[in-house]
Formats: sequence, structure tokens, C-alpha cells
Amino acid sequence: LKAVILIGGPQKGTRFRPLSFEVPKPLFPVAGVPMVQHHIEACAKVPGMKEILLMGFYQPHEALSRFLVSAQQEFKIPIRYLQEYAALGTGGGIYHFRDQILSGGTEAFFVLNADVCSEFPLQEMLEFRQQHGDAHSFVILGTTANRTQALNYGCIVANADTQEVQHYVEKPSTFVSEIINCGIYLFTPAIFQHIGDVFQRNQQELVLEESSNGWQRAEVIRLEQDVFTALAGSGKLYVYKTDGFWSQIKSAGSAIYASRLYLNQYSKTHPERLAQNKSGGPIIRGNVYIHPTASIYSTAVLGPNVSIGEGVTVGAGVRVRESIVLHGASLHDHTCVLNTIVGWDSTIGRWARVEGTPSDPNPNDPYAKIDSETLFRDGRLTPSITILGCSVTIPAEVVILNSIVLPHKELSRSYKNQIIL
Amino acid sequence: AGPLALARDLLAEDGEPFFVLNSDVICEFPFAALARFHRQHGGEGSLVVTRVEEPAKYGVVVCEADTGRICRFVEKPRVFVSNKINAGLYIFSPGILQRIQLRPTSIEKEIFPAMAQEGQLYAMELQGFWMDIGQPKDFLTGMCMYLQALRAQHPEKLHSGPGVVGNVLVDPSAKIGANCVIGPNVTIGAGVVVEDGVRIKRCTVLKGARIRSHSWLESCIVGWSCSVGQWVRMENVTVLGEDVIVNDELYLNGANVLPHKSIAESVPEPRIIM
Repeated sequence: LKAVILIGGPQKGTRFRPLSFEVPKPLFPVAGVPMVQHHIEACAKVPGMKEILLMGFYQPHEALSRFLVSAQQEFKIPIRYLQEYAALGTGGGIYHFRDQILSGGTEAFFVLNADVCSEFPLQEMLEFRQQHGDAHSFVILGTTANRTQALNYGCIVANADTQEVQHYVEKPSTFVSEIINCGIYLFTPAIFQHIGDVFQRNQQELVLEESSNGWQRAEVIRLEQDVFTALAGSGKLYVYKTDGFWSQIKSAGSAIYASRLYLNQYSKTHPERLAQNKSGGPIIRGNVYIHPTASIYSTAVLGPNVSIGEGVTVGAGVRVRESIVLHGASLHDHTCVLNTIVGWDSTIGRWARVEGTPSDPNPNDPYAKIDSETLFRDGRLTPSITILGCSVTIPAEVVILNSIVLPHKELSRSYKNQIIL
Repeated sequence: AGPLALARDLLAEDGEPFFVLNSDVICEFPFAALARFHRQHGGEGSLVVTRVEEPAKYGVVVCEADTGRICRFVEKPRVFVSNKINAGLYIFSPGILQRIQLRPTSIEKEIFPAMAQEGQLYAMELQGFWMDIGQPKDFLTGMCMYLQALRAQHPEKLHSGPGVVGNVLVDPSAKIGANCVIGPNVTIGAGVVVEDGVRIKRCTVLKGARIRSHSWLESCIVGWSCSVGQWVRMENVTVLGEDVIVNDELYLNGANVLPHKSIAESVPEPRIIM
């Protein structure tokens, strides 16, 4: 049993800028640990898991290498990075590296998108396949969305009794189904036959067209549009529906929402990661993660949904709520930080107010998902999470509202609803 | 001017001149000099004029340079006529009461022009600061001017100590917490409580209000008995009427809040909250 985690590359994940300028998006900390560590932890827990492969087209990167080394030590399972020579799509990468995936006699393997946040019911998917399909069936993890938002995802129509996928459409323009694709799959070696068919078809089409990028384009294969759509109705593809928490992490705002979901989960899985109220320490409300090296005044009030990174200093009377404070940042006395991501090594001066607008899904709708909102609407910047890039300096007593500040900026006044280059 | 007719008997009683003041004006009231000026020229009325940078917003006075006799008034002139405006302080001899009937009357539009034509109206130029404080924005400007004059004349009345910057007036019964920075240009009324870590600049805080910890206020008027929560930011001529409660962690930008309201959401752009 193996797991492949698709981590993309620099051209992907552009909605995560400016945060993705500093660190590859899959390493961005969510609830105190790198995004993809949640995936690795879930995979390592599955009995029989032999190896975890991270797959993407990032160039070799110091942060990534260091992360892989420490993750291997912590979870005691081989973890490797397979670098695609180009962006090959969600199917092209695993097809290219099929020998690596199958080596050692792999009977089945999970494929997980790095930019999702989930409970990862992997064991349940294995059991589901035993009950509903057979040793050769493929399983997609699905969840329920509301009718309007489902159009933004891959939609799955399944037989109510057998859970067999009868129809699959990626981001339809009209309503097809409320069951959406979570980006987490369970495959067997047989999948490569189907991907191979797509590859052959692509090559044949290219012979007919004249294109200079021919060789690269044939190898770009999208699992969703090219493979699942074809497999629907063939009796080989099944959907396992989960009610557990799930969200995409496309924008900075969704990182804060995903943090909240994981921090909630910590009360069961990692209670030691949740800060507690104690004398001499800051006042904690709700779920808060504080790195052991952070130093925080006792009159600060943190939470709910706050992550404080390594070496962060938080001054007297500071209020932080629904925010992520990345490592090395410094919040001076009496500041108020709401719905914000404070970048690495940034400084916020005394009495400053740094505030964003949350883009949370409607809490009254259990199936609502976070919107992947557009940056501008009607020519104006849509109110969203405030992001301070790395090494940003905010002077004392100003207000920064619904703004994005690019790295290394030293501001001298207040800003609202702006992107500051 | 109509109300003066109501008080006719009281005003004419002793035959002496009487002052009339617009209450929404602040300055260093020159009562003695005005009375002297009025007796000297012997005319029926004297008014105080002040120099302003933008006279078109007000009623402009044109007068003879040496005597101060007023030639004419121009209300809100569209071209530059003069930079002296009516400062809203007058002194009249009782004879003026014969010009005023008991009905709604504008003294500037109906009474003064006639007096000016007859050569009965004189203007004395004001020394020192002047402000029409009818609008909250101008009220705060006038407050700053007043405090500056106080610094020059009675500096012992101003507050000093750690965390006090510039001209600050604090009622003796008010309490200010630790690690605050108050001023410049702040007045704090009776019984006000300012909790720890608060920063206040260019504000008036009226009697009985409470500003909770770590908040930041600039250019605001906080009404009587208000309660401003923790980590609140208020700026840009935010005005809170009597007994307004502002919840913790909100941002009020130019909010005008009517009395007895509770504010539970930020007001990021100026507006009126009823």
C-alpha cells in the first residue's frame, strides 16, 4: 500500500500569492504544521502503508528537502519527492512515475491533492472498497455540497445502492449532482491501463494536428476530465461519501478556515497542540496553537482559531483572532489582529489594527463550502483576508483593512481595500 | 433676533448696552474691549469680526478701515469681497429694540443691513482664535485652539505626567489607567474612566464615559455615559451620542451614532447610525 501526494508547482497555486513567494504552498503552515504534513500523518497511520511519494514540479528546494527529512524521522516511513519534468496534470505525473509507484508489488495506492484539508478517512475507503467493489475497483472520496457551489467542483452521480459512479463531470455549468470530488482517491495498478489509453488517444490526436508542443501535450493528463469521465458507468469507479470535514485550500482565506477545521480536530488527535489557559500565560479563547518558542505577554488575548508560529513575540494587551501569525513575526503592545495572515518576520507597531474580512462558508448551511472568490468585483477589490507578506513593517497606530501587502514593504500610513506593491 | 423682543423689558430696564452672543462660537471673549469700543463710537450696535481664510462660507463684513463703521454685509459671497466675517458677538444699545418685532427675525439679514445704511453699526476686530463649533469636525478644531490658548495663559490648568502628550485637560475626578498615552489635544470630563493601554488623540470625552483597555481613539467625540469596548479603534470624527455602547474589537470610521444605541458591527466608512 502506498500513497502519492500531488503537490503541484510554482505555476500552480497562484491564488496563494504573496504567501507562496516565500514557501511552496504545500509547506505553508495550517494549524501550526505544514499543509502536507496533515496528509502524511494520515497516510502513515494506515496499517500496511509502505511508502509515501510526494509528486510535483517544484525545483529542488531547501525547505522541501528539510521537511522530507524531518517527516521521515517523525513518522518512520520512507518519504520521497518525485519531480515531474513539466506540469503533467493530475494524471500525467502518476503515469510518468508508474514504475516507482508499482515497485515492490504495490496492490493499491492512494492519490491525494495537497491543497485540500480533510479528516482523511483512508482506512474507511479501504474497507468500503472491500464491501462494495472488488480488488480492482477504484474509489473517489466524495462529500456533499450545496447545489450552487457544487458547480465549482467535480460532480459525481452514483447509484444509490451500489455507490458505483455512473456519471462524472468536472465543473459543469448546470446542476448535475451535489456530491463532489474531494481530490482523494484509492487506485489499483489497473488505473495505469486507463491513463495509458488517454495518453494513446492524445498522441493520435496530435498526429492529426500540427503542434510544436506535441510531446509535452500528450503526456499532460487530467485524472478528472480525461479519466474519471471515461470510467463513469463502466462499473470500475466507486464513490465513498464522507460527512467528515473537508475544504479546498486555494486562497489565503481558505488557509485560515482550514486551520480552524484542523484545530478543532486536535482536541481528539493532538490535544497537546492546543494552548491552555494557565497563570502567567496569555488568555486563550477557543482553539489556539502556540509554537513552544513563541513568547507572549500574559495580558494578550488569543483566539479563537489562532496559530502562532516559531519565535513569534506578542506584546502586552494584544488581541489576535481568526489569524495565522508566521514565524519570527512581532506584534507590539495593544495591537489588534483579526482575520489576517501575518507574514514571516513582519512587525506590527503599537496600537495598530490589522484586519481582514473572513470568507467563511455560510454557517447555517451544513454543506456550504468556502468560496474561491475572485480578487476583484465591479472594479473594486473584494473584501478578504488581510495578508502581510514576509518582512512587512506596519507602523504604530495605523489601520490596515482588507489589504494585501507584498513582501519587504515598510508602510507609513493606513490602507484599506488595497494591494500594496 | 425675535427673542430679543421677548426680553424687551428686561433689556431696556437700566438703559445700558447689552451683549448678544451666538452660543456655537468659541473664542477669547473680549467683553471689556468691546464695551469700550461701543461707548467710544456711540452708534447703536457693535459686532466683532474675525479674519478667516475662507470667507465665502460665512457672512462677510465690509467696513471703513479707520473707524470700523460697517458699510455693508454680503452673505456667502461668490467673489472675494473681504476676509472679515461676523464672529457672532454683539453689543447693542437699547434703542435697537425698536427695530425688532416679536416674530422670527434674522438679525444679520433684516436688522443689520438697515443699521449699516444708517451708519449705526460698527465692527471691532477680534484678537486671538475663533471657531464656529456647530459641526463636530469644527468643534474638535475649536477645542484644539482653546487648549492652545489655555497653554499660553493658564498652563497650570493643563494635565501633565507620564503618558501625557501636548495639551490635555482632565477633570480631577477622572481616572486614567496604566500605560496610556493621552494627547495631544484631549479633554476628559468628570468621572470618566480610561482603562489601561489606551491611546487618545484630539478627542473630547464627556462626563461619565468609560474607555476600555487597549483602544485607540483619534478625532472623536465620546458622549456622556458611553462605554467604548476593548481593542476598539475610532477615528475620523466619530461622534457617539449619550449612552452609546461600542462592543469590543470594532472599528468605527466617521460613525455618527445617535444616543442609546449599541454598536455590534464595525463601521468602516463614514455614516450615521440611528
